[in-house]
Formats: sequence, C-alpha cells, structure tokens
Amino acid sequence: MKVMVMVKATPTSEAGIMPSEALLTAMGRFNEELVKAGVMLAGEGLHPSRRGKRVRFNGAQRTVTDGPFTETKELVAGFWLWQVKSIEEAIEWVKRCPNPMPEESEIEIRPLFEAADFGAEFTPELQSRDAQLRNRIDGAKSGHD
Amino acid sequence: MAQNQAMTESPIQRTIEAVWRMESAKIIARLTRMLRQVGLAEEFAQDALVSALEQWPRAGIPDNPAAWLMTTARNRALDELRRRKLLERHSDAIAYEAPIGRTAPAQPDMAADDDIGDDLLRLMFIVCHPMLATEARTALTLRTLAGLSTAEIARAFLVPEPTIAQRIVRAKRTLSEAHVPFEVPREAERTARVASILEVIYLLFNEGYAATGGADWMRPALCEEALRLGRILAQLLPREAEVHGLVALMEIQSSRIGARTAANGEPVLLLEQNRGRWNHLLIRRGLDALERAEQLDGPSGPYTLQAAIAACHARAARAVDTDWAQIVALYDALLQLQPSPVVALNRAVAVAMAYGPAQGLQIVDAIATGNQLAHYHLLPSVRGDLLEKLGRFAEARVEFSRAAGLTHNARERTLLLGRAAACGSAAQ
Repeated sequence: MKVMVMVKATPTSEAGIMPSEALLTAMGRFNEELVKAGVMLAGEGLHPSRRGKRVRFNGAQRTVTDGPFTETKELVAGFWLWQVKSIEEAIEWVKRCPNPMPEESEIEIRPLFEAADFGAEFTPELQSRDAQLRNRIDGAKSGHD
Repeated sequence: MAQNQAMTESPIQRTIEAVWRMESAKIIARLTRMLRQVGLAEEFAQDALVSALEQWPRAGIPDNPAAWLMTTARNRALDELRRRKLLERHSDAIAYEAPIGRTAPAQPDMAADDDIGDDLLRLMFIVCHPMLATEARTALTLRTLAGLSTAEIARAFLVPEPTIAQRIVRAKRTLSEAHVPFEVPREAERTARVASILEVIYLLFNEGYAATGGADWMRPALCEEALRLGRILAQLLPREAEVHGLVALMEIQSSRIGARTAANGEPVLLLEQNRGRWNHLLIRRGLDALERAEQLDGPSGPYTLQAAIAACHARAARAVDTDWAQIVALYDALLQLQPSPVVALNRAVAVAMAYGPAQGLQIVDAIATGNQLAHYHLLPSVRGDLLEKLGRFAEARVEFSRAAGLTHNARERTLLLGRAAACGSAAQ
C-alpha cells in the first residue's frame, strides 16, 4: 500500500524559520534510510502558507484567497509518499523520524486509494472500453504490456 | 510462521509483523556474517520473532523494537558460536589454557551499522546463488529478504505450504553444504551473479503481474515486493546498469496496474488503456531509473532495453503518439542480445505499427517458417490481424480460427472466434 505522510505545520514552520543544521542532517539520514529500504517514493517540504493560495469552490463561482491561513495545526509543512506493507509499518517508520519541530507537532499518515478500492466506481468507463476491446482485440499488442 | 493468521488480529501483533518485515533481512544478514550459515541465521532470527510474539504482548513493545530483535537474535548466535568453540576445544587433543566462555568470539558482528548494507548485499548474492534452482532461489528470497512466512509464499505461488517449506529446507542445505562464501563476488563472476538476483526479482514481479484475477491479495503484493527489492538493490549496486534497467522496467509496468484490468476482471490491452489512469509518479520514477541505467558505461542490457521500450509507451500521451520506429530500433537491439522468436514476433508487431502491415507480415511469415512458435497462439493471432488490415479477410479468418484452437484462455478463444467470424463475413 501507499501512504501519504504529512508533517503538520507549527508556528515555527509557519514563521518560515528553517530547521537547524542538526535537524537537517538527521532528516537527511532518515530519508536515506527510507530510500535504502525501498520505502520512499517521493517527499517534499512546503513553504509556509503565506506563500500559498486557496481557490474556494462554490457552485460555478471560484474565489482565490491569499495565504497565510489560520488553523496552523491543519496545515501541512511537508509530505512523503511511501510504499509500505501495512499502516503499522508506516507507523513504525514515522516513530523513527527525527522530531521535525522545536515545539509539539504531529505527523499524519493517510493511505492512498488503490485501484482495487474504486470497485464499482471504475465500471462505467471501463465497461465501455471493454466493449471497444471486444471489437478490436489484438493478441499481439498484449506482448507489449 | 503459523502465527500469521493471528497477526492480522491484534494491533500489537500487527506491529510485530511490521517491525519484523522491516528488520528481518538485516538481522539475517548480520547473523549470516557471524555464523557463516544462512540457514541457521534465518532460524535464529525466527526465534527472535517468536520471542517477540511471546513477550511483547505481555511486556509491551520495547522503545527500540528493531534493536530488541537484533540483540535477541545476536545473543542466540553468540551462544551458538560459544558452543562451537567448546566443541572445538573438547575435540582438540591439545587443550588451550584460555578460560572457556570468557573469551569474546571473533567480532565481525560488531561491525558498524553502516555496514549492514554490505551484509544485505552479500545475503542477496547467497540466497540468489545460481547453484540453486530458480524456484528455490525465489522462495528463499521471499523468506529471508522479504520476511514472508512459508504460508504467505505458498499462497503467492499457489502451491501447498509443505512444498515451499521443503524447497526452503533443501535450498538452505545446498548452500550450507557448498560453503558459499559470504561475500560480494569478484568481477569475473559478478555479472552472472547479479543476473541471477535480477532474474529472481523479475520472476517475482511477473508472478504477481501476470495474475489477472487479482482475487488473492498476495499476488499484487509480489509486484510490490519485487519492486522494493529492486529499489534496495539499486541502492546497494548503484554502478550496475541492469539493476537500474530492471527497476525502470518494473516501475513503468507497475504504473499501468490500475489501467490494465477492467472492473469485471477482463484485461485492457496497452493501446486501449486509459492513460490518465497510469500512475505518473511511477512513470517518472521509471524514466529516472532508465536514465541512470543509460548513463552508466557499456551497451544496454536486456532489462534496460525492455525498460526503454516500456518508456516509449509511457512517454506517449496518446496511443497514436507512440514512437514505433524507436520501438523497432530497441527490439532490434534486444533481438541481438536475446534471439528469441517471441521477441522477434513483438518486433514484427512494432514494425507493422511503424511501417505498415505488409512489412510486419513479411517478418511474421519468416518467423512462421522457423516453426519454433508452432503452438504459440499469438503467432496466428498477429498474422490474422495483419492480414485483416491488408484486406485479406479469407486468410485472416483461417489464422484467427487457428489461434482460437491454440489458446488456453476461454475468453481469448471467444474473442478470436468472433474475429474469425467477422473476417468470414467480410470475405464474402
């Protein structure tokens, strides 16, 4: 399974205070461990929300708001995408993460939808594709797949 | 690991399983270094797991579960080394004066944690040793490097559990009897040994990828496991182009998993797939890995070439944008390395796409006279398709009927018979 692991923002990260050299080093080592274990798919740090924008949807209306945004705890300061076997494995990895913030903070783990999770949602389009397939099946092309 | 069923029940057992999966290969690698015997190392590591399963639910999960497992396993190994030393002394005519039990054993196990990567690599070379049959290598790989239980491996390969257990026992015995050194092979041997690891990884991947039913969760898990092992190996052997080539191939093939099966389980062929459903993160990773492979010295190997072909498809936003001429060139190169009629047939399809069905048909006819693919249903199927495109419907009908008679897949047979019938009508 894939999970998104989100480092939640804090007043420090929202203030744009960069992590200490020690933390950067420790984080670098942690990332290296993730790569070596074949777990890391992607990961990035985010600028404070004052550099962000929000687009609000309301019917046909679109309203753009400039950052910074309040409710700091709900904001994201950075994220990873990991390939793990179970949510428990993700938890174990997160526990090994160096403390990302000088103050109290949270890291949130969210499993990604996988193709299998969609189930019936996939049906309409794929069934029409399937109909096309019946007309145009070509065994050789499967050799490329 | 018969406990596996139970592991899905309590959170603490799920945590133990997660930690085990993260640590087991490293523990086995470290113990193999100490004991010079992968079978025993694996047993002691298992013992540590059993201890954890007994103790953690009562005492709670230790602060550093990884270190707990490693220490527990290492103590078992140290006991074994002391026991061996004792045996040596007893059987030795000349008695040593040194006090028994006080002397620390030779301490290769005290190597810094940084070296664990080297141990892991050595372990990969051992369990994928070419002296082992492919199926023994794959079972042992899943057991020692992926931390899977015998039951899980059996489910993955759809064979009875005792068969897998026996395979593993025999493989361990073979390795132990042959005294395979715990080392990274030298240059002369290296290419073949790396190829042996890559073969296992790709076999695992295909075992998972080829399964269209998807009923069993273990089979997609095999793809993920293979990819994970490939990614780990790419870190351990960054200068081996084919390792990156294989990773690239698996990343790009994995990117299509969401698009290649319809909700009703029917396969969706590559050119029919909704490319919006391809996983673009995996494609990006695949293209990056391919670039790494191509930047290393030397001519491209078969995995890199196959990855490059997969990349041609991945780069095309729509099926009609596919660079078929490039694919033909890559198949030319692949055919040089792997002169197989199946590769030749794939090349013929690419030629037909790039330069027209008449060109493709010439090649298919040449392959057909070779007679190697006499029972391969894709040969008449491809031939029928090309004949149909050329408007030679009567001949196409014959080919589709023949292909229908050769395939073992009922759904495919129905489709082929349908095409034969359509060509029959068109011919009149």
